[in-house]
Amino acid sequence: MPDLATVTPPTAVTRLVTRHRAARMRLVILTVAMVVAVIVLTVASLAVGSRALAPADVIAALFSDRRDAAGVIVHELRVPRTLTALLAGACLGVAGVLMQAVTRNPLADPGLLGVNAGAAVGVVVAIAFFGVGTASGYVWFAFAGAASAALLVNAAARPGRRGDTVGLILAGVALSACLGAVVRIITLADDDTFESFRFWAVGSFERRDADVAAQVLPFAIAGLILTLVIARGLDQLRLGTDLARSLGTSPALTIVGAGAAITLLCAAATSAAGPLAFIGLIVAHIVRRTVGGDVRSTIVLAALSGAALTLASDVIGRVIAIPGEVEAGIVAAFVGAPLLLWLVVRRAS
Amino acid sequence: MIAASHPPSRTLPRRRRRATLVVGVTIAIAVLAAIAGLTTGSFHTSLSDVASALMGTADGPTTVVVMGMRVPRMLAALAIGAALGLAGAVFQTLARNPLASPDIIGFSAGSATGALVGLTLIAPTASPAAGAWIGGILTVVVVMAIARSVGVSRERTILAGIALSTLLAAVNDYLLTRAPIEIARNADQWLHGSLVATTLSDVALLVGALGVLGFILVLVHRDFRTLELGDDTARSLGVRIGHLRLLLIVVAALLTGTATAVAGPIGFIALAAPQLARRTMGTSGIPLWGSAVTGATVLLVADVIAQRALAPLQIPVGLLTAVVGGAYLFWIVARTRR
Repeated sequence: MPDLATVTPPTAVTRLVTRHRAARMRLVILTVAMVVAVIVLTVASLAVGSRALAPADVIAALFSDRRDAAGVIVHELRVPRTLTALLAGACLGVAGVLMQAVTRNPLADPGLLGVNAGAAVGVVVAIAFFGVGTASGYVWFAFAGAASAALLVNAAARPGRRGDTVGLILAGVALSACLGAVVRIITLADDDTFESFRFWAVGSFERRDADVAAQVLPFAIAGLILTLVIARGLDQLRLGTDLARSLGTSPALTIVGAGAAITLLCAAATSAAGPLAFIGLIVAHIVRRTVGGDVRSTIVLAALSGAALTLASDVIGRVIAIPGEVEAGIVAAFVGAPLLLWLVVRRAS
Repeated sequence: MIAASHPPSRTLPRRRRRATLVVGVTIAIAVLAAIAGLTTGSFHTSLSDVASALMGTADGPTTVVVMGMRVPRMLAALAIGAALGLAGAVFQTLARNPLASPDIIGFSAGSATGALVGLTLIAPTASPAAGAWIGGILTVVVVMAIARSVGVSRERTILAGIALSTLLAAVNDYLLTRAPIEIARNADQWLHGSLVATTLSDVALLVGALGVLGFILVLVHRDFRTLELGDDTARSLGVRIGHLRLLLIVVAALLTGTATAVAGPIGFIALAAPQLARRTMGTSGIPLWGSAVTGATVLLVADVIAQRALAPLQIPVGLLTAVVGGAYLFWIVARTRR
């Protein structure tokens, strides 16, 4: 009997420490792997396309300003496209992790919760009623739309209650359906709007110019910084509101900050790349499965894996349908939707 | 004795009176909407023009507009609305959940996938109907299989349907990007859900299907009502639940499938009509025929608004029902979570 008293606590602690170490180890390994993946995919993204280039040519073109065919393709088409995908992916990955932490809902995703649809309405209103034609102009409207949608869904479904997954998802689906139809009515009514909107709407990185990434970059950075600021508070909130408060966290402020960060990140990603669903869901799921739900230590990993996943979707989309292209948003959905289905079915058993 | 027997004998007729009143008002609204739909538009026709067109004594253009376009469209709206209302009532009663409508559980997305596969891969010139039927029914089978494997946990079934819908939506997007542009445009048109191109033969198909399937519902109506009392009670009353459920699912799927085949996916009627009917009529269960009448009226009104609101632009009615229905669903979710 005394044996038990002296032996059990250390074993439990040791187990905890071992598990913690294992999680740290996995975090490091996964982060390194994602860095490698991002680099490899970046090279692939610069090389692959309707005119394939050898990696050597890509690198030669990158580091010279010779304006031969390869140089033009790399500098004017593939570099902007790749940068936009990396940026949007990083934002969506972090937003997904944040969203799941705030709502405590393993199915939360910017696309599923109506944020994309809100941003889409913002963009289409900007084009149709304000004659805005550039991404730097869209971004404000996308913000307004994304923020309103996020607030509406949150207000409707009251996130944070454990187990209430259906309400949140339903509210998101309902809002998406409603706003999506509004967008289609506006684009049906006006052919010019339809033309401009079409290229934005498919979640494709085709025809993104270099300015786009530059224009939304400040917003993305602001969102990431805000995420770093509130991450500690979010992790403390997981211990419960009272404990978090006693540790010096203001729950209300943290949630508001997280909401602002999610909005900044989603709006930046969406205004640059169009609506991309499921990236946030997939990233958050991978991160939670392998290294746990700790927000602070997984932000970098989330950003990297979001970027890698989005770029991979884009590259795969360019390869599988030569000579045509399949939009990155569709490729991501082919991975994300079955994952969602699996999560739903598995949670039941 | 008197105290026990009195209340039911008084409330039952009162309820019935209320239901009759509501159905009467609903039909009146439908008649007004029908008159508006038949008489307004870019080609002006007065009520007497419409009447003479119906009698077959009007001049050529009037006859073409009224009999060739507006009357079939009106009848199709009524029939499709009724079919969707009925299907929604059956699904919602079966699942005992107001959210279990065919569009939420993936039926519409599946129908669209079936139609798109047919249009883009198999027979570009054929009607999308057969594909829509097959796709929709396959989707329902998959959702039901998932529902069975996850246990009869209703919320999970709905989530599974939503997940399947998003998956199928991705497939649909993919098919649209791979199709030649003229086929893609056709298919896209169909995907919006529109009554613009309905003809009298479509109406005949719809009425035929409504007649046969409605008759089946009449035959099993008594057993259908016992399902509301719970499976055990129904079983103890001698209802063969397994067979009944299967039959009802097939009937509801065929109703939705036929409607979808003619007009494309029209969302949210099946979701909203049964609930509207139940609330206005004050019944405890979901009224079958009330849902049909409500669905018919709602879709007719929606279609008239869709035609005239932004004229000369014709909004596909499916988009209009999606705007209103999405907002309605959102409101329901917000309200019930308070």
